[in-house]
Amino acid sequence: MTSMLSEEQLLLRDSARSFLEARSPVAELRRMRDAGESWSPRLWSEMAAMGWTGVVVPEEFGGLGFGCVGAGQIFEQCGHTLANSPLMASAVVGAKLVEALGSPELKSSLLPMLASGESILCPALAEGERWALEDANTTARAEADGYVLTGTKSQLAFAEAADHFLVSARIAGNGPGHGGLSLFLLNAGHPGLSVESRLKIDSFSSSQLRLDSVRVGPQARLGEPGKAWPAIREAAEAGAACSAAELLGMASEAFQRTLDYLKQREQFGRPIGSFQALQHRAALLHCELELTSSVVLQALQACEAAATSASMLANLAKARAVKTAQLAVNEAVQMHGGIGMTDEFDIGLFLKRANAAFAEFGGYHYHADRFALQRNY
Amino acid sequence: MDQFRKETRQWLEDNCPLSMRAPVTSDKDECWGGRKWVFASEDQRLWLQRMGERGWTAPTWPREYAGGGLSSEQAAILQQELDRIGARAPLTSMGIKMLGPALLKYATEEQKRRFLPDIVRGRIRWCQGYSEPNAGSDLAGLKTRAEDRGDHFLVNGSKVWTSYSDESDWIFCLVRTDFSAAKHQGISFILFDMQSEGVSTRPIRLISGSSPFCETHFDNVRVPRENLVGELSQGWEIAKFLLTFERQYQGSWGSGDAALGAAAADAIGRDPGGRLADGLLRAEIIAFDLDQAAFSAYSQRVSEEAGGGGENGAATSILKYYGTELNKLRYQLQMAAAGSAAVEWGEGQDGSLSRDWLRSLGNSIEGGTSEIQLNVIAKRILGLPG
Repeated sequence: MTSMLSEEQLLLRDSARSFLEARSPVAELRRMRDAGESWSPRLWSEMAAMGWTGVVVPEEFGGLGFGCVGAGQIFEQCGHTLANSPLMASAVVGAKLVEALGSPELKSSLLPMLASGESILCPALAEGERWALEDANTTARAEADGYVLTGTKSQLAFAEAADHFLVSARIAGNGPGHGGLSLFLLNAGHPGLSVESRLKIDSFSSSQLRLDSVRVGPQARLGEPGKAWPAIREAAEAGAACSAAELLGMASEAFQRTLDYLKQREQFGRPIGSFQALQHRAALLHCELELTSSVVLQALQACEAAATSASMLANLAKARAVKTAQLAVNEAVQMHGGIGMTDEFDIGLFLKRANAAFAEFGGYHYHADRFALQRNY
Repeated sequence: MDQFRKETRQWLEDNCPLSMRAPVTSDKDECWGGRKWVFASEDQRLWLQRMGERGWTAPTWPREYAGGGLSSEQAAILQQELDRIGARAPLTSMGIKMLGPALLKYATEEQKRRFLPDIVRGRIRWCQGYSEPNAGSDLAGLKTRAEDRGDHFLVNGSKVWTSYSDESDWIFCLVRTDFSAAKHQGISFILFDMQSEGVSTRPIRLISGSSPFCETHFDNVRVPRENLVGELSQGWEIAKFLLTFERQYQGSWGSGDAALGAAAADAIGRDPGGRLADGLLRAEIIAFDLDQAAFSAYSQRVSEEAGGGGENGAATSILKYYGTELNKLRYQLQMAAAGSAAVEWGEGQDGSLSRDWLRSLGNSIEGGTSEIQLNVIAKRILGLPG
């Protein structure tokens, strides 16, 4: 592995940067918030036109086939402008799950739809307030003509935009733990489904999906019965690595804006950035950003290569990205002083979006614990 | 490259003595070379001689100065092959880690031919004359005086924290040659023999009980003019360049094995889920472990981006700051995991946890304090105003 991006990846990053600065700057998030819009169909279709909705989908199914490193470049730039969309849920995690578990027929019908952005898939993997995907309690009771699904999934992103849900449920009869999990593909309008959304601090919403004795045919199940866990885990790790890249972008941007402010704001007749108390904190933050950027790239590369180290590196990257972004946005507010506390100023939007993103695909404590377990303590 | 790897593997198989393929467990296992060095074993002598003759103690230095002449890719393969058989470094050397890169960049052709081969072969051991009793963090405030006497300099003054100066053969030394110029403008970089008349050293006992550092005094020491490196009174640039290599080296102390958590769990026990039984200590070790893994990834990136020359400028302050802080924390956590046994004073001068921990506290002071590194990062990398 190398720490340098390929020419193609660099191009993708640069085009993502200029596209997002033009079409989805921070001001757009503010506008959406004030207008009460929880997602942007306009941005979605423009991202689809850029090919981003097919970023990890193989070329044979109409995607770009860029893999996780390419996806990570896009999400890092999304972090810079706080551009949030169903991209991570549908185009990365959803597409990876369909690719891993779908039948050949499903793959050739659904993957091109996902890659083109015509279809938006919402993975429904978590339950409750924690991120513990293996502990799903939603049940799938086998019947003669299929399954009956019952339970409540949570932490769904952009459920309001989705036309399909991908639900993890336990095939009845299997014990607790990750054994016995299956994935089911459901139409958003399937009878017995209900969605309840709640507004988050970042002005996006988080939804619960209630399954009230939902009857599905056997073809709704993806893959072998009860054997979905390895694919769920792998897709969630790719999600965690991409989430880490997005947080890295937010942290870098918050830091850059803070640095500019330190050079420009004067007190006691000199720029506040000349004070050592602030210089040392800025220098430390720079170190943390450099280190985190190195592990985020390693994690993306490992996920792309499906390396055995992918799991641990995704844990490492997300844990480090949360800690780094937390420091960056907290310091950003503090170093901006009073103006950082005002709604009018953008730093608060970084603070809120970052804190919402910490929990997406698992927070610090989840990933730190998994990292240690993989190192046998 | 495959061919190079194959040949290297075979050569190491034939030439690395078996006893040199075991982990370093005490100071004596590390070979520093030089005129006064007493080899711990015949194998240690042979290993240095064989590697030195091949130039592989300084793999990327040019052949004409007795270096290995390897590309950075080849040097990386050599290191991988050494690691593969668990071979010890044949030589630990401030000449290689610090002085050599500065000589390659700033010395005359004659100086390079005179000094570099003895460094490669481990015949001359070098020490560093930088800090003074009143010039620590303010290194450029140094006062050791070198009067220009035409064919020689007359050196008077004192240095402190000169690592192993009592065991070293030569010193690379910062001296003031112009007292009227601004402090960064009057410094020269000179080299001289520690056996010169007027040089005296006194070891300083540290809180760890060992004495790796000395006070070094110069009383009318005559240094031939040809031992001046670079221009007269323009030595600060060389001094800073050399420091980037020192900092990079010190930063490498922060990379390390990933076994701290598992070792603590083996000592303390695990809960039924396999987690270290002490939850609070576990959380601290995890935080350390995450940072260390990230630091290793960063170090790898820096060395890849630098290519063969290994020049990393201000980024070496990040390596130095973060690596040494991590190393201190590693020992602190090992002390915590060891419980009451941690504070036993232990036998001998090294290898006991309490002594190693005490020694590690100097890591964030030597080579420029952590605070100085943060100053460098703030000013040179982030461009914050003075």
